[in-house]
Amino acid sequence: MADITVMLPSVLQPLVGGQSYLTASADGAMTVAQLLDAITGNYPVLARRLRDETGALRRYVNIYVSRDEVRRLDGLDTKVAAGQEVLIIQSVAGG
Amino acid sequence: MGCMATAESYILAIGTKKGMWLATSRDRKEWSLSGPHFLLSEIPSIGIDTRNGRTRILVGVRSEHWGPTVAHSDDLGASWTEPEQGAIKFPEDTEAALERVWQIYPDAESRPGVVWAGCEPISVWKSTDGGEHFELNRGLWDHPHRTEWGAGFGGPAAHSLVVDPEKDRVLVAMSTGGVYRSTDAGGSWEPRNRGIQADFLPDQYPEFGQCVHKIAADAGVEGRLYAQNHGGVYRTDNDGGNWESIAEGLPADFGFTVLAHPRRSGTAWVIPMKAESNRIPPEGKLAVHRTDDAGGSWRCLDAGLPQHEYNTVLRDAAGVDTAEPVGLYFGTRGGFVYASADEGESFTEVVSHLPDVLCVRAAVINGDGDQR
Repeated sequence: MADITVMLPSVLQPLVGGQSYLTASADGAMTVAQLLDAITGNYPVLARRLRDETGALRRYVNIYVSRDEVRRLDGLDTKVAAGQEVLIIQSVAGG
Repeated sequence: MGCMATAESYILAIGTKKGMWLATSRDRKEWSLSGPHFLLSEIPSIGIDTRNGRTRILVGVRSEHWGPTVAHSDDLGASWTEPEQGAIKFPEDTEAALERVWQIYPDAESRPGVVWAGCEPISVWKSTDGGEHFELNRGLWDHPHRTEWGAGFGGPAAHSLVVDPEKDRVLVAMSTGGVYRSTDAGGSWEPRNRGIQADFLPDQYPEFGQCVHKIAADAGVEGRLYAQNHGGVYRTDNDGGNWESIAEGLPADFGFTVLAHPRRSGTAWVIPMKAESNRIPPEGKLAVHRTDDAGGSWRCLDAGLPQHEYNTVLRDAAGVDTAEPVGLYFGTRGGFVYASADEGESFTEVVSHLPDVLCVRAAVINGDGDQR
């Protein structure tokens, strides 16, 4: 079983003990939503930073799968498989 | 970094667009600051809870990126705790998500664990564990008017709470929706807006829909409230059964905040702003106006305030402490914060050049963080 690695922005790393990435075991393809469930299972505060209580991805949180932002794909239903690069990056917002 | 508070001191919490600062003082003139706490997150609400033999600072924190949350500190900001699952979380069946915590309101001494919150989307919440977990008030959430409540410029907010535990009486003010009252501890709610004008609606005196900016309860007369409306300053003596204008004598009837004296009936403060076209202090001169006769007359108080000020003072960017005489505090969107140790007769500058001040709360504490 291969892993999917999710890179975290530095501002979120204190929520996971300073780790710069988290990994999930992938047995075939999974959705981004399932991937988030897997990596945040032990980190509920991180989970709330990324998605609200309805499960929606927060407006200014961007997730890239193989360099494509998931909102341009199938959103949280986007399929991701072992070997693909997943990045979580905060978008440009504020002033 | 925390604040060091010594015997008989005061704490002033300043929530801004980009973090919170804490100030302590022994005389309410010289202040020591710590912060920023929660840098880059806006702080629209703060509650300082001095019950239970400790000082708990509850903070509504909202990051544009990472969303809203509630954190608390029992050591004057030296450390912060955030409940892992979130203190305020909409139940799944509501299909709603918390956007912003507008108000954190510790209840009376007789109910030391109870803390209320007013939130966006418009909702009222109650905690019985000191603000660590809140439960949605279903009576208001399921109110048939809810779909007709609107959003002020700041968002659809339940921003003011008045609670009387002896009578199970709770009042909430919302923008836009107006004032609602419950007399069964939040089980059911009715609009209480008669007499408050809504000059932005075709029907200017609707049952509900007013843009009430802030309400405050009089210290001595049951059922007496003061309201700073979106145009109009009002008083009611019967819990909003009817409201009467008390704007005569003020340089403008627009503004965001209203404060009531914690012990003396009849005393309240407003900070008027020029209405619609300007949204600045009248003539660019910042001043607090105080009434000591429940709105019958007003005195302009500006000693120590700047000659020119073109920033507004937002609805929660003002607060009082419970000392004698009462301390009065407010901050501007220009990041200046002022304190008065004599109920507004004179002001000193606490801090300048902060981000926009959204929220100010103050309390009297002792060196152990206990209520004096």
